[in-house]
Amino acid sequence: MSLEGIGITCERDRRMLFENLDFQVSDGEILRIEGSNGSGKTTLLRIICGLFHSYDGDIKWQGKPISDDFAGYVDQLLYIGHAGGVKESLSPEENLSWLASLQDQEVSQKNIWEALAQVGLWGYEDVLCGSLSAGQKKRVNLARLFLIKAKLWLLDEPFSSIDVDGVKNLEVQIEQHLDGGGIVMLTSHQLLNINHAVRSLLLGY
Amino acid sequence: MHNIFFATVRRDLKIAYRNSSDLLNPLAFFFIVVTLFPLGISPSPQVLSGLAPGVLWVAALLATLLSVDGLFKSDYEDGSLEQILISPQPLFMVVLGKVVGHWLVTGFPLTLLTPVLAVMLFLPVDGIIALELTLLIGTPILSLIGAIGAGLTVGLKRGGLLISVLILPLYVPVLILGTLAVQAGVDGQSFAGHLLWMGSLLVMGLGLAPLATAAGLRISASS
Amino acid sequence: MGRVWSLFHKFASPKWFYEISGKLLPWFVAMTGLVLCTGVVWGLAYAPPDYQQGNAFRIMYIHVPASILAESSYMMMALAGAVGLIWKIKLADLALKTAAPLGASLTFLSIATGAIWGKPIWGTWWVWDARLTSMLVLLFLFVGVIALRSAMENKEAAGKACAILALVGLVNIPIIKMSVEWWFTLHQPSSFKLTEKPAMPPEMWIPLLIMVVGYYSAFATAWMMRIRVEILEQENRTQWVRDRVRTA
Repeated sequence: MSLEGIGITCERDRRMLFENLDFQVSDGEILRIEGSNGSGKTTLLRIICGLFHSYDGDIKWQGKPISDDFAGYVDQLLYIGHAGGVKESLSPEENLSWLASLQDQEVSQKNIWEALAQVGLWGYEDVLCGSLSAGQKKRVNLARLFLIKAKLWLLDEPFSSIDVDGVKNLEVQIEQHLDGGGIVMLTSHQLLNINHAVRSLLLGY
Repeated sequence: MHNIFFATVRRDLKIAYRNSSDLLNPLAFFFIVVTLFPLGISPSPQVLSGLAPGVLWVAALLATLLSVDGLFKSDYEDGSLEQILISPQPLFMVVLGKVVGHWLVTGFPLTLLTPVLAVMLFLPVDGIIALELTLLIGTPILSLIGAIGAGLTVGLKRGGLLISVLILPLYVPVLILGTLAVQAGVDGQSFAGHLLWMGSLLVMGLGLAPLATAAGLRISASS
Repeated sequence: MGRVWSLFHKFASPKWFYEISGKLLPWFVAMTGLVLCTGVVWGLAYAPPDYQQGNAFRIMYIHVPASILAESSYMMMALAGAVGLIWKIKLADLALKTAAPLGASLTFLSIATGAIWGKPIWGTWWVWDARLTSMLVLLFLFVGVIALRSAMENKEAAGKACAILALVGLVNIPIIKMSVEWWFTLHQPSSFKLTEKPAMPPEMWIPLLIMVVGYYSAFATAWMMRIRVEILEQENRTQWVRDRVRTA
């Protein structure tokens, strides 16, 4: 199985973000999207997710354009975006439970608590997210990586506003995902310290 | 599939309950707007009872319109909308869940509050019964149509007035049917026909409006 | 099927449209001028005066075609939107974009001439008559599409959003018309009621028919011209537009 981008060209506000971009990631591989601020890293991830449509070229999943079977594609996709998708007036548990049902996955309260413990939020299950710090909200969002099963991870700056322990923990989780044949694409300003070869995709002119 | 519908309704109800201003502001708005009419026109029972159906319906329509603007706003801002759009669940069901949630916190309490205002406007009892029934069927239509406008304008910084321009013309049939039914009730005539028409509009809205809303949301997220 | 399809897409390409419409345009302008002149002269100068309204009825030759065309222009706009959404054709979006202000102007013309006509007939400028009210709502629908377009910065997204709004409006128009008619028959004050008129004699309706054709032709001409301008603007970085501009 693989994710492929063929000749991706995108311009926004009359500015070429990238032109004829090609990439491919297969089982157990990780690809890091590099580029300066405003080079279109987030836009590329949103294109791969099928959220952004104003581009030319093809995104293929298992050799077929993602629009052919979009529901089947997103079923295997986990996207952690810039904005967390975390509601301030819900508790971490309520947030994760709804996000899991969006992903069409049955999770028990125990699963959620375990995932929260993994990201160091043990004991925060019932606190409203509005009273959590930015880093903690980010962790709620990242807890989905421990909770929801998906083959393809698309992570937008997963390490931002996370402390050293959190980063280490996340790296271990990414390693395990890759060991299990998962695919990861991420944007990050910092280098990853994992036991897999990290390929790079450089954006910008 | 139904799971996500109920999960979404539950989630939005919880959120509304915890931000009680979301719940109370449309009702307060409704109450205040209706109060302005006797002050602006006349306290005379004859005048007011004639105006009551129109005043109550227009106020209900505006209250729904103003609150529906925020239907997808916070989901758009905090990234939930992106998660909704790339979910393997049918978008139709999520949208429907959100619309039902919206109706439960605006249209429905508004319908419950209306008899008090109707009495204050000297609407006869027969009229109040017709008013309640039409509001019960009509306010979900308002939420459904409003959601289309909310979906199309969610990505815009200044969506507030725009959504009124887009949506109010589409509210015309509901307003006409609603007020005619109340008038028929006041005159002691049957208003079953009006209710039937409104019911078919509701069925049509349930089937079509979430589709248009879903399409609008995909476009808004992509710009 | 594949060949038909590629042919279809080729014909819907902006370049092709620009070239064909450039050849057709002079004919359309000539036809519009001829038909409209005939209709106006016949209708205003030669058609017999109405037995009840005298010469006041002659505004009908401006009003009725505008009303007919206003409604069908909304339909054309929405259909262009549907084509653009389903087959992702750029040209359809340009057609939608340019039809909206044209349709809105026609609707406005219809309402304005209706009001002017109302003055001698009903004694007031404005009457909440079913047809006038429906036209007013139609104007609001056009205004909505125009407002949505101007509020959105991303052109592609704006095109799709307007197409959806136009389609929602299209579904609603019959419902709006029906409900307004119902509302009117229940509220209609008897003094405003127009008595059923006898069928129009041919000397009256033939010029009307000519005017309707003239309006359609004028609409098509204006629409085509506006689409051409939009094409040049949108394709301004392609080679063929540059060549065209250089030779012009």
